[in-house]
Amino acid sequence: MILALEYHRSPARYLATRTATGTKLGGRMAGLIAGNMAPLRLTNKAEPRRPGDDWTRLKPLLSGICGSDLGLLNGRNSPYLTPMISMPFTPGHEIVAETMDELPGLPKGSRVVMDPVLSCGPRGVEPCMWCATGRQSRCDHVTGGSVSAGLQTGFCADTGGGWSRQLVAHASQLHRVPDELSNERAVLVEPIACAVHSVRRVHVPAGASVLLIGAGTVGLFTLLALREFTQAGPIYVVAKHGHQRARAKELGATEVFEPKRAPRALRRATGGSLQHPEIGDEFLLGGADIAFECTGGAAGLSTALRLVRAGGTVVVSGMPNSGVDLTPLWYRELNLVGAYASDHGGPGALGDDVPNAAEEKVRADGRGGDFAEAISLAAGAPLDGYVDAVYPLSRWRDAIGHAFAAGRLGTVKVAFDPGQQ
Amino acid sequence: MSRPGFVLEVDERTPPLLIHQGEGFRLEGLPLGSKVIYPPDSLPGIRDVNAAIRHALLHPHGMEPLPELLKPGMKLTIAFDDISIPLPQMQTPDIRQRILEHVLELAARKGVDDVELVAANALHRRMTPSELKRAVGERVFRAFFPEHLRNHDAEDKANLVNLGKTDHGEDVELNKRAVESDLLIYVNINLTAMSGGPKSVSVGLASYNSLRHHHNSHTLKHSRSFNDPPNSAMHHSYNRMADLLGGHVKVFTIETTMNNEPFPSAMSFLNKREWEWNLKDQASYLAVKRGNDMLPPKMRRKLWQSSYAPYGVTGINAGAPSQVHPLTLQKVHQQQRVEVNGQSDVGIFGVPFICPYNVNSIMNPILVTSMGLGYQFNMYLNQPIVRKGGVGIFYHPMPNEFHPVHHPSYIDFFEEVLAETTDPAQLEAKYEKQFATDEWYIHLYRNSYAYHGVHPFYMWYWAAHAMDHLGDVIFVGADRRTAGRLGFRTASTLGDALEMAKHTVGSSPEISYLHMPPLTLADVR
Ligand SMILES: [Zn+2]
Ligand SMILES: [Zn+2]
Repeated sequence: MILALEYHRSPARYLATRTATGTKLGGRMAGLIAGNMAPLRLTNKAEPRRPGDDWTRLKPLLSGICGSDLGLLNGRNSPYLTPMISMPFTPGHEIVAETMDELPGLPKGSRVVMDPVLSCGPRGVEPCMWCATGRQSRCDHVTGGSVSAGLQTGFCADTGGGWSRQLVAHASQLHRVPDELSNERAVLVEPIACAVHSVRRVHVPAGASVLLIGAGTVGLFTLLALREFTQAGPIYVVAKHGHQRARAKELGATEVFEPKRAPRALRRATGGSLQHPEIGDEFLLGGADIAFECTGGAAGLSTALRLVRAGGTVVVSGMPNSGVDLTPLWYRELNLVGAYASDHGGPGALGDDVPNAAEEKVRADGRGGDFAEAISLAAGAPLDGYVDAVYPLSRWRDAIGHAFAAGRLGTVKVAFDPGQQ
Repeated sequence: MSRPGFVLEVDERTPPLLIHQGEGFRLEGLPLGSKVIYPPDSLPGIRDVNAAIRHALLHPHGMEPLPELLKPGMKLTIAFDDISIPLPQMQTPDIRQRILEHVLELAARKGVDDVELVAANALHRRMTPSELKRAVGERVFRAFFPEHLRNHDAEDKANLVNLGKTDHGEDVELNKRAVESDLLIYVNINLTAMSGGPKSVSVGLASYNSLRHHHNSHTLKHSRSFNDPPNSAMHHSYNRMADLLGGHVKVFTIETTMNNEPFPSAMSFLNKREWEWNLKDQASYLAVKRGNDMLPPKMRRKLWQSSYAPYGVTGINAGAPSQVHPLTLQKVHQQQRVEVNGQSDVGIFGVPFICPYNVNSIMNPILVTSMGLGYQFNMYLNQPIVRKGGVGIFYHPMPNEFHPVHHPSYIDFFEEVLAETTDPAQLEAKYEKQFATDEWYIHLYRNSYAYHGVHPFYMWYWAAHAMDHLGDVIFVGADRRTAGRLGFRTASTLGDALEMAKHTVGSSPEISYLHMPPLTLADVR
């Protein structure tokens, strides 16, 4: 038996939380409410079983709490994803762990990070057209094969998840962590890989102006990836909290705006005119070339759509949680681009001959897959202090509460140390 | 004969004194020995204003009588001061209306057809049709609006003309129609000694390109009182421009002066010295104060903005600008000047609800600064009422509030520029040009009702001399965060402010309170 946090959705609770956190006060108290109402429980349960020989058991060293986890806990995630989830499951997909079984080329006891996507490879099925070309995050088979439905580890009943003392992972999901990389940095690799992926989803021309909405984990890492992989010109960041401002500056933001000021400030920076609709938020005729929505909120997406220039591009990096007015998309002829998880390939540049394999493939542009790049970024970037709140599983209510209020509390990433008592 | 100005020394018998603070006022007990500077009593207004206008037009100074200057077939442009003057707006009929009606009647009789009226709004916001109507009167408005009654447009390249440079290299670029007219008549209202004269045309009808030569941080910092034109670098520049202009167009100016009655009779206690308040004044103080304090802010603003001044006209002079203006200044000084013996360590100023740039609008924090540290601080001749390095104490609640239509660039100036620096020369060097050439601001200035993008910079430069002169600036009753952004300290009471001022001026400073409005011009010896 192992100690694990288990998500057992009850529709009534799901809706109740959603209503409670939908108000202004509820939003501010989301941590408290989620802590008390979340369909989560700490249990002793059977260890997850290895579905095959190319799987290993993992002992998590640190497991991060992601925005998508929080969305799940306060009932704000879209029911759209329910077919790709199997119940009951243990959340946790940002993991640095130690392997407990021998695998070819990966001795037992190796320190690894995990690509959580449960694509054709782990599922032991014939690769779909996406997996065949190294684009696992688009896999069409996330409900089939040898493990239960689940878009990722952390949403799948059979694999277990990071918020526990033990889970299982397929060899193709694992990437060895260099000895020099601390656990605190390694646990950031998965979200960094997602950021690398999102930046690779669009062509960012040299000198292009970029707007980042949000300066939490997703926003900051997107900024990091933009400065690493593109020749973007000015990058403007919309940040709510003071510490985010300082961190964004450190990672190369040109200017950081408070949300309330963003339309005016961006207009000053990029030209154009500010428009005030009779109802609803201000928007620009003019604005940034490309925007990345990194908050996972409807307000953030709406801001992005309103502040990119005509013909510009909005990349949705945060998991969106509700609808927005798409009129600007239509009227300004915008491109709306989704960016989910990470892969081995890239933005449509790879041929069909790239196999699906555990080892990193080199992309057509000569760079590594998203995870490989993320590992080197995690080692080199100024990320000290990004994980400054680590909780044992037993204090999960505090951990979740802290994660909900992370921005306000000056924290970037909250994590569990499942081994801790 | 009205009583002259007066300096009161506060003693045990002195009642608490009225201090303006935005859309409100308070009674404040000043420390014993404080000097309180009161303007002369309001001068009597001219009884028959129409007769005075007629007389001025027929007996001008240094020019032929107006009827002799008007010829059939001529091109005539009549410019007039915009909504920034007088403050508050005067009860109708506005003096501009009366003068325009006389001038237009003369022109019609002389067979002049080609007449254009222009509001000389420089980089101020355009006047709305109803504001124009209020200034020029119903009849003139109906006859001329919209084709022949317009706002000046300092960004309308096609309708500006460059007359070259002064011997100091200053571009003189002005309203083309005005410059190319056979006669330019300027109808002025002179509320303070700083306006009128050469300023009327060379500011009111100029382009940004031309204005930047005198409206900059250097000139303004080195203008020792704008209200003492011979000592103002800014006015020297106006003069050079006016001289150059004189070679191109004949200017017939009509200048008027007002007495000191800015408040309607219901608030007449605001025009009186406190110890002379009778029972009725005391009752109406209490009633107005209580009513005012209870009103929701929006209503309160509306009420103040619609209180129109029962100004009496004290002088009307017409003719050549250089000969008319000294007469005007004389009248202004007669109404406002009061001799003060020496400077103090601390100067107190109550910033009222209105300044030239928030008529029918909001007095945002930058305008509060320009009113307090720009206009009021500069209401002196010879030297400021506060010594160099002394402390300025200002009263205003200074809410973080801006009129989005009238002052769009002010918002960005506050949020972006002042967040980085409050130093006039620094922000001028880094940001002025950006703001001045921002196409959106230009668009809003030309087509909406926005002040020009560069205007907040000018407001800040107005305050440059005071910022340089004062060792400390404390706002009583102001919003702390807002004042902090502007670089000013705040105190909740005068006692606290004086406590804070101790570091700069010691524990028993000499204090002078410039009691205004009504306007008071301290002649500090
Ligand atoms: Zn995640
Ligand atoms: Zn697949």
